[in-house]
Amino acid sequence: MKINVNVNVNGQDVSEEVEPRTLLVDFIREKMKLTGTHVGCDTTQCGACTIHLDGVAIKSCTILAVQAHNRSITTIEGISKNDELHPMQISFKENHGLQCGFCTPGMVMAGIDIRRRKPTIEEDELRLELEGNICRCTGYHNIVKSILNAKM
Amino acid sequence: MYEFQYHKASSINEVKEKISSLNDPKIMAGGMTLIPTMKQRLAAPSDIIDLSNINELKGISKEKGFIIIGAMTTHFEVHTSELVKKEIPSLAFLAGLIGDPMVRHRGTIGGSVANSDPSADYPSSVISLGAKIITDKREIESDEFFIDLFETALDDDEIILSLKFPIPNKSAYMKFPQPASRYALVGVFISDTKEGIRVGITGAGPCAFRSKEIEKALSKNFTESAIENVNIPSENLNSDIHASAEYRAHLVKVMAKRAIKKLS
Amino acid sequence: MGQFGVGQAIRRKEDIRLLEGKGRYLDDLHFENQAYGAVLRSPHAHAKIKSINIENAVNLNGVLDIITAKDLKADNITGIPCLAKVESRDGQDMANPLRPILAEDYVRYVGDYIAFVVAETKEIAKAALEYIEIDFDILDSITNPVDASKNDSPRVWDNLDTNRVFDWENGNKDKVDDIFKNSELKSEVHLINNRVVVNSMEPRGAIGQFDKDKNKFTLYTPSQNVHLMKTLVSGSLGIESENLRVVSPDMGGGFGMKVFIYPEQILLPYASKRVNKTVKWTSDRSEAFISDTQGRDHVTKAEIALDKNGKFKAIRVKTISNMGAYLSNFAPMIATQAGTVMLTGLYDIPEAYVNVLGVFTNTVPIDAYRGAGRPEASHIIERLVDVAASDHGFAKDQIRRINLIPNEKVPYKTPLGPEYDSGNFIKNLEDALKISKWSNFYERKKEAKKRGKFRGIGIGCYVEAAAGGPNEDVEIIFEEDGSVSVLIGTIAIGQGIVTSYSQVLEELLGIDFEKINIIMGDTDKVATGGGTGGSKSLMLGASAMKHASVEIINKGKKIAAHLLEASEADINFSDGYFTIKGTDKKINITDVAKTKQSDLPENIDASLNTKANSDVSNGTYPNGCHVCELEIDGDTGHVKLLNYTVIDDLGKVINPLIVEGQVHGGIVQGLGQVLMEHCIYDHSNGQLITGSFMDYAMPRADNVPPKISLGFNEVLCTKNPLGIKGAGEAGTVGALGCIVNALVNALEEFGVSHIEMPATPESLWGIINSKQ
Repeated sequence: MKINVNVNVNGQDVSEEVEPRTLLVDFIREKMKLTGTHVGCDTTQCGACTIHLDGVAIKSCTILAVQAHNRSITTIEGISKNDELHPMQISFKENHGLQCGFCTPGMVMAGIDIRRRKPTIEEDELRLELEGNICRCTGYHNIVKSILNAKM
Repeated sequence: MYEFQYHKASSINEVKEKISSLNDPKIMAGGMTLIPTMKQRLAAPSDIIDLSNINELKGISKEKGFIIIGAMTTHFEVHTSELVKKEIPSLAFLAGLIGDPMVRHRGTIGGSVANSDPSADYPSSVISLGAKIITDKREIESDEFFIDLFETALDDDEIILSLKFPIPNKSAYMKFPQPASRYALVGVFISDTKEGIRVGITGAGPCAFRSKEIEKALSKNFTESAIENVNIPSENLNSDIHASAEYRAHLVKVMAKRAIKKLS
Repeated sequence: MGQFGVGQAIRRKEDIRLLEGKGRYLDDLHFENQAYGAVLRSPHAHAKIKSINIENAVNLNGVLDIITAKDLKADNITGIPCLAKVESRDGQDMANPLRPILAEDYVRYVGDYIAFVVAETKEIAKAALEYIEIDFDILDSITNPVDASKNDSPRVWDNLDTNRVFDWENGNKDKVDDIFKNSELKSEVHLINNRVVVNSMEPRGAIGQFDKDKNKFTLYTPSQNVHLMKTLVSGSLGIESENLRVVSPDMGGGFGMKVFIYPEQILLPYASKRVNKTVKWTSDRSEAFISDTQGRDHVTKAEIALDKNGKFKAIRVKTISNMGAYLSNFAPMIATQAGTVMLTGLYDIPEAYVNVLGVFTNTVPIDAYRGAGRPEASHIIERLVDVAASDHGFAKDQIRRINLIPNEKVPYKTPLGPEYDSGNFIKNLEDALKISKWSNFYERKKEAKKRGKFRGIGIGCYVEAAAGGPNEDVEIIFEEDGSVSVLIGTIAIGQGIVTSYSQVLEELLGIDFEKINIIMGDTDKVATGGGTGGSKSLMLGASAMKHASVEIINKGKKIAAHLLEASEADINFSDGYFTIKGTDKKINITDVAKTKQSDLPENIDASLNTKANSDVSNGTYPNGCHVCELEIDGDTGHVKLLNYTVIDDLGKVINPLIVEGQVHGGIVQGLGQVLMEHCIYDHSNGQLITGSFMDYAMPRADNVPPKISLGFNEVLCTKNPLGIKGAGEAGTVGALGCIVNALVNALEEFGVSHIEMPATPESLWGIINSKQ
């Protein structure tokens, strides 16, 4: 039996019917056709599915779409304003913070959340804050640099 | 996942009603354990009852010598609460070690405690601080709460409302993470409480437990060296690809010493 | 030189769309009315299939089709061949059973393919799996390669006498045995190169389509070699290769694992024809653990003979190499020709002998994984060198100075075959030692001891063999809108090659970096290709572009001469302009390209479009030196990596930012294997224990040394026009031996001579604890 959910997605109000078992990440990718949010694991560890729910970073693979009812979500597609990249995106490009790009949206969303909570974070602590985001390509070095140097 | 019906409850009574009337329901707190389990098709409840809308389950407050934390309080909220940081800083510290920031934004103390995962962090603090588990039916003492692997004293239809932590004289937590999951391979929570020294261990056994051996040694002499000669029996400790029982027993002592060091 | 030319740290063209979430990975592709596939996999390590009953599953609402081996046989769909041929020393052929698409009589590993369900939704397809009833006769399984090599072991293939795949050798056995017999000084080490799971962050996936009217299949799948995929998939399907188009969309990491052909890539097109719909399948992570090819899994005994001055005389190596239950496309080659030829490393060792026994086990098939045999070889030789130094009283740096191939001997032919064309190996070592402050390490070690930490430092001199072929064709097309299209058969796998190629072409022809479009990964657009792997793409692509550019400039000069009314001999080309020598009369190449044939005499071709081949006949030898410093917590065995120094000779570095990124990534995959990654099977029943990230430890940001010092000692490769040596795998090749050497050094006071990977906290604590 489907349920109606009203969600604000990247600033736009949407209303859709979903099965209770639909994960928020599947709602985003399949209903909203926003495929920038990725699925990389099935144990809530890799972080490729990271988005913001009411401005706070969460793993969209481990929450039901129905739980986003009357709430707002921001995905990677929603962080740039008026065709201008978000400072975190600019920093990732400047500092070669991505290679294959699969973990990248999750890293960017997590990075924004970390810098909002801890604007002047030190490198050691940042590396710990990233334990919920796995990358196989970059060795993390430039991801850390990108997040530290984003002009937020 | 298998199909199920979803309900968002607004009150404890509503939850109780649904539990008694539905086929095979499960209550959901943060979902950080329930949803992954359902994704793996290891759990297939007919209905999920979401607790996130119930106000009486939220909030952190102080009452005389206690910190009371609502069951639906997230790890992030405990970690950043000025009140908890002031009164039981080790608890705020522990909450900041659970999972990762995204998991901490959703996972709850009630969910964690009710689950009794052998490598969850909170149970060690519940035991060590001598917290009371306040349910919709009664108050359960921490010493009676954790029974076995994923098994607690809760009845099937019993709901945790809050946890009542006595404020200790001092306390500390040290965790050695399992390298893959980063859950506690061994976590040791030491409290100097109004009732004496209490030590809660997680990660090492089928569920969190008190280490009477360490308590005895520390009661005589609250120093790292007092732990040196404690024998932690490894017979009933967990053994798996990540650590043998002997290594876990060793880590219990190491983490205990480091917890003491933090307090001096 | 343009500002986007070679050697510049240009920010990547690939990035903006990926950062905006506009990447188009396989799972992002949607087709109207598409159906979904799911694979039924074996829960047993080894079993005979007595019967398969699909009746209940096929009748479920929304199930469109269920395919089993019976269907494949009826349609003459054949299995997947192994392309590597390895000879055995007794002359016997390599055991080479064809890998079936779906299990016929037997399943041979947990995860083996049994049936393929096609349904209207992913949920229905997955649910249907549970309704397929299989009657299994469970058989004994064998997962340990050493045990599998014994004659009394349970057999993975019932029609073979043993589990032996091949028993291969290289080098001069008699000479080497003789040297060992007569050597005063010898050392020996037993090493395991642990089985690891590749775990690219994007799991595998495939989409199959069939166009009835055109009688043409399309296969979308992240593939490191779309042309190989096309050949083998069409071969299996029994169709003409021009009736199959293979497209590789954006790829979320490959690392070798996405080179190979898997049963799904045959099943998807086949299924799409059967149900007359597009069919899509994607793997989830737990499925990836039991179906993606895995890496390494070698057990080795290695020996070295030296004279009393520390000069190496010979090495002798015997390895048992796990192939898994089926031969993946290149597995036998990885364990033999690809890797072991590098066993003498950067050392001047006159004789060598290596014997590799390849065996079947009831495990996931193994094939190339970043480095593909060279990290294995480098791990062996660097450990041997350290062990020899320890055993016979030489300092670890000094024994390397004594034995590293000196510059005057380069080019250098090793006793196992390769010829290193260029390099300054001793300088790499000395620079790395200087930067890592090797000389006063023992002071830091003493200080660390006071804090209860065991500090170690290790060297890993490495050389690796980057592939020299197959040669690539490039086609450069000057489009009407002023852009330039470059068609080439390599693939973008995340390595930034579009940017690197654009820099090369800008440098060669002065074309605007932003106006260069690299077209890859679609067999309908690009006629031939050798794919991406072996760190060769940029080397081959740039070489082909160089040859093409020579031709383009020649053609352009003819046109420019006509347009500028000068003789061809008076035309120069530089920075994108054809100029009359000694004047400022010039014309830009893009304008030359726009010239209409009608404006030129008949004998001058107006088109600058050119095809050229890379025309390379040798592989290259990236090389360098890693130095790692770490501390082991004496109470817990936990390792903290502190400083990591790398001096790399990767030949001409096209984009230092991109190359550094490759090295970082390679190092971290190396440290992952050394410290925490391990694919573990329960040997008693063949079950995979490490089936998810909960149990398989992936390195995170906090596992990486905070300080990585990376420097380049560029020595141009003499075998290709730009002097490129390839960077993709070098980091991993250098890391294994280096980090293990540091661990052993950290615990040397305990008399430990070797530490196996992964060096888990418990294993290190075990060493510390047993001796205290």
